[in-house]
Amino acid sequence: MTKNSRHTAVYKLYELFSSMRFAIGLLTILAIASIIGTVLKQNEPYPNYAFEFGQYWFAVFEQLGLYDVYHSGWFLTILAFLVLSTTLCIVRNGPGFIKDMKAYREKASDNSLAAMKHSVVFDATAADPDTLRAYLRGQGWRWREHQRADGSLVLAAKKGAASKLGYFFAHIALVVICIGGLMDGNLPLKLAEMVGSVVPETRDIPQSQIPPQSRLSTSNLSFRGNVTVAEGKSADVVFLNSGNGYLVQDLPFTVTLKKFYVDYYSNGMPKLFASDIAVTDKATGKVTEAQVKVNHPLIVDGVAIYQASFGDGGSPLTFKAWNLDQPQMQPVAINGVSMAAQPLRANGKDYNLEFGDLRVFNIENMGNKNTDASGKSLSERMQDAREVKHEKQLKNIGPSVTFKLRDKQGQAMEFHHYMAPIQQDGVSYLVAGVRSKVSEPFQYLRLPLDDQLSLDSFMRLRTAFMNPALYDEIAKRTTAKAMQGSAISPAMQQQFANSVKWILGRFAQGGFVALEQFLDEKVPQDKRQAVAQTYVKILQGAVVDVMDVADAKAGLKPVAMDGKRYRFLLDSLVGISALHDYNAPVFLQLQGFNQVQASGLQLTRSPGKNLVYLGSLMLVIGIVLMFYIREVRLWICCMPGSVRLAMSSNRHNRDLDADFRRHGEAIQQLVRGK
Amino acid sequence: MELAQSFVAQPLYKRLKLADWLYAVLLVVAAVQAWRLYNPYMDGYEQAILAGSAVGLVALGWFWKSWRWFFPLSATVALLGISLYHGELARGQSAFWLKFLLSSQSAIMWMCTLFFLATLVYWAGLLTRSAMLSRMGSGLTWAAAVMGAAGLFVRWYESYLIGSDVGHIPVSNLYEVFILFTLITALMYLYYEARFATRQAGAFVLLVISAAVGFILWYSFDRQAHEIQPLIPALQSWWMKIHVPANFVGYGAFAMSAMLGVAELLVLKGVLKDRLPSAEVLDEMMYKAISIGFLFFTIATILGAMWAADAWGGYWSWDPKETWALIVWLNYAAWLHIRLVKGWRGKPLAWWAVIGLLVTTFAFLGVNMYLTGLHSYGGL
Repeated sequence: MTKNSRHTAVYKLYELFSSMRFAIGLLTILAIASIIGTVLKQNEPYPNYAFEFGQYWFAVFEQLGLYDVYHSGWFLTILAFLVLSTTLCIVRNGPGFIKDMKAYREKASDNSLAAMKHSVVFDATAADPDTLRAYLRGQGWRWREHQRADGSLVLAAKKGAASKLGYFFAHIALVVICIGGLMDGNLPLKLAEMVGSVVPETRDIPQSQIPPQSRLSTSNLSFRGNVTVAEGKSADVVFLNSGNGYLVQDLPFTVTLKKFYVDYYSNGMPKLFASDIAVTDKATGKVTEAQVKVNHPLIVDGVAIYQASFGDGGSPLTFKAWNLDQPQMQPVAINGVSMAAQPLRANGKDYNLEFGDLRVFNIENMGNKNTDASGKSLSERMQDAREVKHEKQLKNIGPSVTFKLRDKQGQAMEFHHYMAPIQQDGVSYLVAGVRSKVSEPFQYLRLPLDDQLSLDSFMRLRTAFMNPALYDEIAKRTTAKAMQGSAISPAMQQQFANSVKWILGRFAQGGFVALEQFLDEKVPQDKRQAVAQTYVKILQGAVVDVMDVADAKAGLKPVAMDGKRYRFLLDSLVGISALHDYNAPVFLQLQGFNQVQASGLQLTRSPGKNLVYLGSLMLVIGIVLMFYIREVRLWICCMPGSVRLAMSSNRHNRDLDADFRRHGEAIQQLVRGK
Repeated sequence: MELAQSFVAQPLYKRLKLADWLYAVLLVVAAVQAWRLYNPYMDGYEQAILAGSAVGLVALGWFWKSWRWFFPLSATVALLGISLYHGELARGQSAFWLKFLLSSQSAIMWMCTLFFLATLVYWAGLLTRSAMLSRMGSGLTWAAAVMGAAGLFVRWYESYLIGSDVGHIPVSNLYEVFILFTLITALMYLYYEARFATRQAGAFVLLVISAAVGFILWYSFDRQAHEIQPLIPALQSWWMKIHVPANFVGYGAFAMSAMLGVAELLVLKGVLKDRLPSAEVLDEMMYKAISIGFLFFTIATILGAMWAADAWGGYWSWDPKETWALIVWLNYAAWLHIRLVKGWRGKPLAWWAVIGLLVTTFAFLGVNMYLTGLHSYGGL
C-alpha cells in the first residue's frame, strides 16, 4: 500500500468497516434491533396490529417492517454489514496473524528481550546449548536458533500457536453461519415480492383457485410452511405466511394422513402427538410410510415433515334438536360436521349453524386443594413443600362441541355443549354453556337428567309449563293439595288457584327473573321478601303437579314422590329458568360423533442447515482454541558468561508469572552445571 | 543431560495418582451398572450421553481434584435416599430419614438453608477478616452443593416412582433449573476460589445464589412449583439432557462474573479494599468466568438450535428465548473483544459485567414472564 492510497476514501472505508469499533457498534445495533422483535409479537394477522396501534401507527410500523423485523430489509442490511465487517477483519488481520504464527522471532535484539516484562539474566558457567535444547524438547517447545554477530546464540521457542488459529476458526465460522442462514432465509422471496413477480394472496379462497403469482414451484430452494390435513385426506402444498397474506408452495410429493394419535397423561397434560403419514412422490410414485411425532420428523427428498399442531378435521356429528320456542314439537335429528357451517331453519327463521371443534377429552380438575396456598397453616405448607406429588381429582368429563348460531342480522350466540351426563352430588346433568361475546366466559346451565339419563322428563316438564291449557288442571291439583294440608282456607281457594296459574304463566314467560321483576315493580320493598317466599313455595308445590299432569298427558304411569324426584323437579325449575338466557330457538343435544382428526404439519426445506452446523462447530473449536490455548514464547540467549531468559504471552499474566518462575529456576540450574 | 531429562514434562497418565485411577474405575463401574440396569429403556443417543457423561465426569475429576470426592459423595447420599424408598413414593412422608433429610424436597430445603448460612458466614469472615469463618463458608457451600446435587438425583428417581411415563431428568421446568443454577454457580465459584486461593469473593457470589434460593423458596411455598410434572411432547427428547445443563453453566458463570464485578467496583472505590482480593485478581477471575460461560453458552445455543431443528421445524425461529440468547451472546462477545483486543480492564468492564447480569436475567426469567413464544415451559 503506498502512502497515497492510504488516504483515499475507499481505504478509509475499508479501515472503518474492518475496525473493532465498527464491529462492536454493529453487535450493539443488532442486539437492540433484535429486542424489538421480541417485544412486539411477530407475524400476527395485520388486523390485530391495526386494532392495537390505530391506523396511523399501524401504517408507520408496517413501513418500518416491525411486524416481521427479522426479515425486514434494514435488519438483513445490519446482518450483511456484520458479515462484511467480519470478512474484512479477517482480510486485514489474517496475513499478519499467519506470519506471526509462523515466526519464532529468533532475531529479536537483546534490547527488546531486556525490555520484556518477564526477562532475567543469570550467571552461566556451563551454558551448554545441547542441555538447553534437551530441556526445550522435554518441555514440548518448538524452537529456532539464531547465531548473532557477536557470537551469542538465541534459542527462540514457542508454544500454542493454535491460539491464533482459533481467531480464524471463530471469525470464519460467523461468516459461514450467516451465509447458511441467508440461504435458508426468505431473501430471494422478498426480492421477488419487491419486483412483483410474487404476490401474496390475501383472499380466503380454495387452494386450487389461487393464481400462479402466489404459487411457488417445487424448485424453490428453501421454505417453511404449514398445512393441515384431515385423517384420510391428502395435501400436496403448504402455505407460507407472507406479510398480510400467504403464498402456496407446491410440493414434489403428496402427503396423506392415515391416522392421527393424541395421548394424555393421567393429569390431562398431552403426552403424545403423532401422525401416521404416507408420502407419495409425484414423479416416481414411490411411497414412504412413517410416523412423525414431535421431536421425530420425517425427511423425504430434503424436505423435513414435522408434527406441528392438531385439530378437528371435520367430524360428523348427530344432534337431537329440541325446539325451545315450540316445545310441543317432537325433537328432530340433525346431522352436522364439526369445523363446518350449515343453514338451519327453525320456526320460520333462517340461521347459520357454524360448528367449531369437537373435543373428545375434557379433563378437568374437580377440586384441587393445592391451588390456593393462602389460608394454610405453616405445617400444612411445610407438608406441601415436602411432597413432589399432590393428589388431584382429575376427571374426564367427556366429549364436547362448540357451535355458533348466527341469525339473519349476523348476530351470533356461541354454545359449548357436553355430550355425556356430568355427575354432581350424585345427580346427573347435561351441561351446556352459552355466551354472546367471544371475550366473555361461557355461562353454563345444568339440565337435570332422568333415570334413563335422558332429557325427556325435563323437556316434558318444560313443555307442560309452556302450555297454558294445562294450567287449570295443575292449579286444581295444587289447590286441592293445599286444602288437604290446611295451608289455605276454603274461602281462599279460588284466589289461590288464580295465583298458581298466574305464577306458572309468569315463570313460563321469563323464569325466576320475570317473577323478581314483577316484585320489584309492583310490590312495596318491605313486603318483597315475604311475597317472594310465597311465590317460591307455590312454585315448588305446583311443579310436582306440573310433572304429574305432563306425565299423565304423555300416558305415563303416575310416579310416587320421593326426595330424589323432588330434587329433580327443583333442578328442573332452575334449568327452565336458565333456558330463558339461552337465546336460541333450539337446543342441540349432542348425541353422537365420528371423530375425524386433523394434523397440522410443518414442512421445511433448509439447504443451509449443514453449513450452519459446520459454522457452529468451527465457532466452538475457535473459542476453545482462543481461550484455552495460551500462546507463549520463550527466548534463551546464551552470551559469554551469562544467559538471558525472556518470556512473553498473548494474555493470562498470572499464569505467565508462574511459568516464568518455573522455567527460570530450571534453566538457572542447568546453566550452572549443578 | 540427566538433569535436562528430569525437566521433561510428564505426560498426563504419569501425573495421575492412585486416587485418580480409583475415581475413574468407580465412575466406569457406576456407568456400566447404570447401563446394565436401564439400557432397555434408553435409545442410542441416551446411551451415548451416558458414556459421554462418564468420560466427562472422569475428566472433570482429574482436572479438578475436589470433584473426585464431591461427585461420589453426592451420588452416595442420593443412593442412600433412593434405597430408603423401597419403590414407594409415599415413604417419602413416613420414613424418618427421607422425611427430614433425603427426599428430594427435604434435601433441597437443606441446600437452601446451607446456602443462606454460607452467605452469612462468608460475610462474617469477610468483615472480621477471619480466615476460619471464610473456610467455614466454603465448607457450608460445599455441603449445600452436595445436598443440592443429591436432591436433584433423588428427584430424578422420584419422578419415575410417580409413573414410568412421567419420569425424566429434573431440568424440565423453572423450579428445577433454578436448583441447577444455584448448584452450578456454587461449584464454579468453589473451583475458582481454590484456583485463585482467595475466599473473600464468596460473600459476593453467594449473594446471587441466595437471591436464587429466595426465589426457589417462594416458588415452592407459594406456587407449589416443586410438584413433578410429566413432560409435554416437545420436551421428550434426549437433547434436553445436554442443552439445559450447558446453558446453566453459561448462566452460572455470567452470574458469578457479575458479582465479581461488583466486588471489583467496590475495591476500585476503596470500599472493603483491605479485606477483598486485589482488583487485578477479581478482574482475572471475572474474565475466566466470562470466557468459560461464553464457551458453554455458545455450545448450549448451538445445541438448542439443533434441538429446535428436530422439534420446531427450524434451527432458528427468532423465538423470544432464542433472540434473547443471541442478545446475551452478542453482549459477552462484545465484552470479550473489548478486553482482548482493546485491552480494557477495570471499571468499565466490571460495570459491563454487572449490566450483563441484567441482560442474562431477562433472557433467563424475563422472557418467560413477559414474552410468549415456543419456550413457554417455565411460566411464573
